[in-house]
Amino acid sequence: MGLAKRIIPCLDVDNGRVVKGVQFVDIRDAGDPVEIARRYDKEGADELTFLDITASSDNRETMVHVVEEVAGEVFIPLTVGGGIRTVEDIRRMLNAGADKVAINTAAVFNPEFVKEAAEKFGSQCIVVAIDAKRVDDHWEIFTHGGRKPTGIDAIEWAQKMVDYGAGELLVTSMDRDGTKIGFDNELMSTICAHVNVPVIASGGVGNLDHLVEGITIGHADAVLAASIFHFAEYSIEEAKQHMANAGIEVRL
Amino acid sequence: MSTVAVIDYGMGNLHSVSKALEHAGNKTTVVVSSDADAILKADRVVLPGVGAIRDCINELKKTGLDQVVQECCKTKPFLGVCVGMQALMESSEENNGTTCLGIFQGQVKRFANDMKSNNDILKVPHMGWNQVHQETEHALWKNIKQDSRFYFVHSYYVETTSRDNMTASTDYGIGFTSAIAHENIFAVQFHPEKSQHDGLQLYANFLQWDGQ
Repeated sequence: MGLAKRIIPCLDVDNGRVVKGVQFVDIRDAGDPVEIARRYDKEGADELTFLDITASSDNRETMVHVVEEVAGEVFIPLTVGGGIRTVEDIRRMLNAGADKVAINTAAVFNPEFVKEAAEKFGSQCIVVAIDAKRVDDHWEIFTHGGRKPTGIDAIEWAQKMVDYGAGELLVTSMDRDGTKIGFDNELMSTICAHVNVPVIASGGVGNLDHLVEGITIGHADAVLAASIFHFAEYSIEEAKQHMANAGIEVRL
Repeated sequence: MSTVAVIDYGMGNLHSVSKALEHAGNKTTVVVSSDADAILKADRVVLPGVGAIRDCINELKKTGLDQVVQECCKTKPFLGVCVGMQALMESSEENNGTTCLGIFQGQVKRFANDMKSNNDILKVPHMGWNQVHQETEHALWKNIKQDSRFYFVHSYYVETTSRDNMTASTDYGIGFTSAIAHENIFAVQFHPEKSQHDGLQLYANFLQWDGQ
């Protein structure tokens, strides 16, 4: 017995509402973030991740209030991503009650920001989110919800971000996101083989076997999913039981 | 009403700790403070901490709160959390060696990078829910089942000189001390404020503990 593999429900929040897009485009309303967070906590989620996908920066304050409210009653780790661009953004989220922040686009445009953030707040609260897409025989980093290629090799990028102080990587396959056909486990296991920090697999979960495969084939430390939980296709409890039945150590 | 002071020295997840204490104790006033008098006047004291140990120790010394911690450790129920536990030891390997407060005998060491379990390399930081094996009985373990899981996130761990102070252990490549206790002092490596029911239970137990 030892450290449990984690299940992390992800809430994509737009203007204070939870939404879930299919490959980042078609957006469905899935409800109130605080209410959903409460439900996931009750069902045994190991952590929660909030991704602010609000387009306008005017509405970013909404996210701070969501985090404050959730942190006041849900006592598990909270990660907040989306629009984290400055040290001040990080401080605001941590003060609101977040435990970690996920940095994505800002890291691509300014890798030094990750270094600065890790030095200031500690690696334990700096997650770097990597959106990768397969291009020929390798994976590349994409920004803007998977629309813009950067030409950066995803594996080299993952190593660089760990060198710069990332305490954890949230790896999303943009090919799989929203497809419900399972994680890109080749991408996950390749990244896991090249870094020594925890890796969260994301993008593509459509059923509970996919969660198991993320651990057994992808070698991830945690699995993240959104839509299968939001629309109550499966509860977190069921997901954990399924993983336990497959011989994976989980917190029950 | 009794009061619990959460020491604010510019480091740490004060929000989470104070919210969880408020949630855990309905007859307790939670004060987040950097004021020596307010801390010394409280019935109980919590020393939280995240980030690098040298920054933590430097801030404690700069603000004079290291003396307040020393005093509280002699007089009232005291709880150290994460780096707040490590700070109580003699020294840490972190930041090329850092002298700590020396309230407990022992060192803080870094997990090796090549630890294995089965065939998997164990990652550092040790992050996530791991089991806490209660080595001794203690008021703070009341209503918490043996081997319950708590949330950890750390790269350094405490190695006590005397096994007598170890009240819980956890396995991560090696067995390490995940909680220490001596008289009125209790300290944990994990984060009760992030460990759901069992974490809140531990805080509730602390808020009822008389330090005996």
